[in-house]
Amino acid sequence: MPVITYRDALNQAMREEMQRDPTVFLMGEEVGVYQGAYKVSRGLLEEFGPQRVVDTPIAELGFAGVGVGAAMVGMRPVIEFMTWNFALLAIDQVVNSAAKMFYMSGGQVPVPIVFRGPGGAALQLAAQHSQAFESWYAHIPGLKVVAPATPYDAKGLLKSAIRDDNPVVFLEGEMLYNMKGEVPEEEYIVPLGAADVKRPGQDVTLVCHSKTVTVALKAAERLATEHGLEAEVVDLRTLRPLDIPTLRESLHRTNRCVVVEEGWPFCGIGAQVVDDLQREAFDDLDAPILRVTQADVPMPYNKHLERAAKPTPDQVIAAVRRVAYLD
Amino acid sequence: MITKVVMEALSPTMEEGRIAQWLKHEGDAVKSGDVLAEVETDKAIMELPARSDGILRKILVGDGATTAVGNLVAVIADADEDISGVVGNGGEKGEKGEEGEEGQTVAAPAAPAASAASAGGEAEGGRIKASPLARRMAGEQGVDLRRVDGSGPGGRIVKRDIAAAAAASAALPVGGAEGWEDVPLTQLRKTIARRLTQSLAPVPHFFLTSIVDMERAAEAREALNALGGEKISFNDIVAKTVAMALRQHRACNAWWQESTIRYFHDVHLGIAVAVDDGLITPVIRHADRKSLREIAIETRALAERARARKLAPEEYTGATFSLSNLGMFGIDAFTAVINPPEAGILAIGAITPTPVAHEGAVQVRRRMHLTMSCDHRVIDGATGARFLQTVRQMLEHPLALVW
Repeated sequence: MPVITYRDALNQAMREEMQRDPTVFLMGEEVGVYQGAYKVSRGLLEEFGPQRVVDTPIAELGFAGVGVGAAMVGMRPVIEFMTWNFALLAIDQVVNSAAKMFYMSGGQVPVPIVFRGPGGAALQLAAQHSQAFESWYAHIPGLKVVAPATPYDAKGLLKSAIRDDNPVVFLEGEMLYNMKGEVPEEEYIVPLGAADVKRPGQDVTLVCHSKTVTVALKAAERLATEHGLEAEVVDLRTLRPLDIPTLRESLHRTNRCVVVEEGWPFCGIGAQVVDDLQREAFDDLDAPILRVTQADVPMPYNKHLERAAKPTPDQVIAAVRRVAYLD
Repeated sequence: MITKVVMEALSPTMEEGRIAQWLKHEGDAVKSGDVLAEVETDKAIMELPARSDGILRKILVGDGATTAVGNLVAVIADADEDISGVVGNGGEKGEKGEEGEEGQTVAAPAAPAASAASAGGEAEGGRIKASPLARRMAGEQGVDLRRVDGSGPGGRIVKRDIAAAAAASAALPVGGAEGWEDVPLTQLRKTIARRLTQSLAPVPHFFLTSIVDMERAAEAREALNALGGEKISFNDIVAKTVAMALRQHRACNAWWQESTIRYFHDVHLGIAVAVDDGLITPVIRHADRKSLREIAIETRALAERARARKLAPEEYTGATFSLSNLGMFGIDAFTAVINPPEAGILAIGAITPTPVAHEGAVQVRRRMHLTMSCDHRVIDGATGARFLQTVRQMLEHPLALVW
């Protein structure tokens, strides 16, 4: 099976969907001639021409709105934000237009649009450019929210997102673009709303998504070799709708849970996961569910402080030892 | 370090205690575990131990005074420590609420291991802390949470504690352990229970009376006592007989537990003993496996301790069936009140020479009334009657006791 990068997996997904469906088009800053700020759209302008790969001015609200309008009249736009930090300027179109039209038109006007781009912190981009906005969008009824962690999932989920008739917020990771992984040559899709067990285990469930899947897997390796605990790593993949049955089934075996996420703790994705699980898995719980998140501060620019503010395998291991009553 | 000494709950039902006497006095140096005072509870006189080392600086509740469980009774501190802040809000006030709880938590850290070991996972106020999973497992595996020590934070009972408790009980040798079987209630039994409870709340009693010819039992008793040693009383003979009969009639050796009936495999016989201001029912454990002589000795010892109010809680709880005897007061027959959750009690009347028809002639024979009170939710009429029939047959043919 070919091993390709997360970046190229996304590129393949867009290319295949544009080949498959002439209503799919890509629009955003530097997506055409420059081939994407992170080279995700490499070769697409050449293959599909300027009608379907559209460079826009630096005006997020404007081109997001154009995308929503196009979706309302039957197109399937993919709107690339250079990062989700810049997409704050466009959030009115995402929340007030894209997420509402299907509902407010009484089901007459679906908005099959994908908003995509990198989210979360990279390295020393400082407070304004290092933010994970998953919980902002997951809060909104009418949106689906996806955050893949591997090349395989990135491709399969983006294809599902483009085919979905609902607006989908698709959060990539700048630090993930170079990640390599196996991606089959034959076509496949990964359904939205399905979590994935990335590592089986019976002692504790680690719930994670996007970049924190790597953090959780590293923690799981060390838990196995240094602490004698087998952690089950469950990648949410889709944050809305949440795949609670998979989590419930995992907790039925492990009885303990730690939720790891890149965002801030207050009203985070983990808060929602904990709320669902305390109801759905109450009688399986042997300990309160703990969370590992980014520190509750704007991301520091200083390299050492930035490292200290991000969730780490050490923090995950400490939380696991607490829910296992070892500390 | 200042440690508040509070009135501790020294029996399962104790709500207040009277300081019988202080054994330590203000200014005495005390070590953790030293007995500070004797406390008269609702059942017995118990010892109130120190929970930390220091000087007994102040006694707030004097000899003979009564105070509620949780209230401050004294203060232990270093010799020169300022205790005015603690003594200021002293124990005379009825501080059962927040103050009382605070007093307990302050005193507890001195001996957390000891108190945790004795109380299992039971926290202050009787609430048991256990994880949801532990509760579910305990229910499924029949583990009594009150008997499990929690290893989690604050004594929380967690999965591994239940697993350990279940493994420990499974490892006990067959026959040597306390045993019982919880039988779920059938719909019929639930209906019987509900209707009878409605008619005669809270325990629907009914009564069975049998008149027993005690001639042979009396002869056996005289013969045994002629051998010397511990004197055997009629009460002892009835106790031994009832214990052996209960072994044959497990349906009467049971507890009503609302959602289940617990049928015991062992017989723990409660024997009501009158004390100065009431009565208490010490328990002969495994009475069915003890000899008449053992029962006689143990009954005498327990009764003495009961009158001296020295019984420990485990000596007056856990009976599976009880006896009450008013024969020595010349009472021919009476009905005793069931001691829940037990399902039955047997009232023993006086042995009275009575002219009766015996083998075709009128004879004067020693006769005794036995009246059994039954909880109809557990014991039906015929069930109780068969048990009482066995008791009567064994008493009238006392050689059965050696079987």
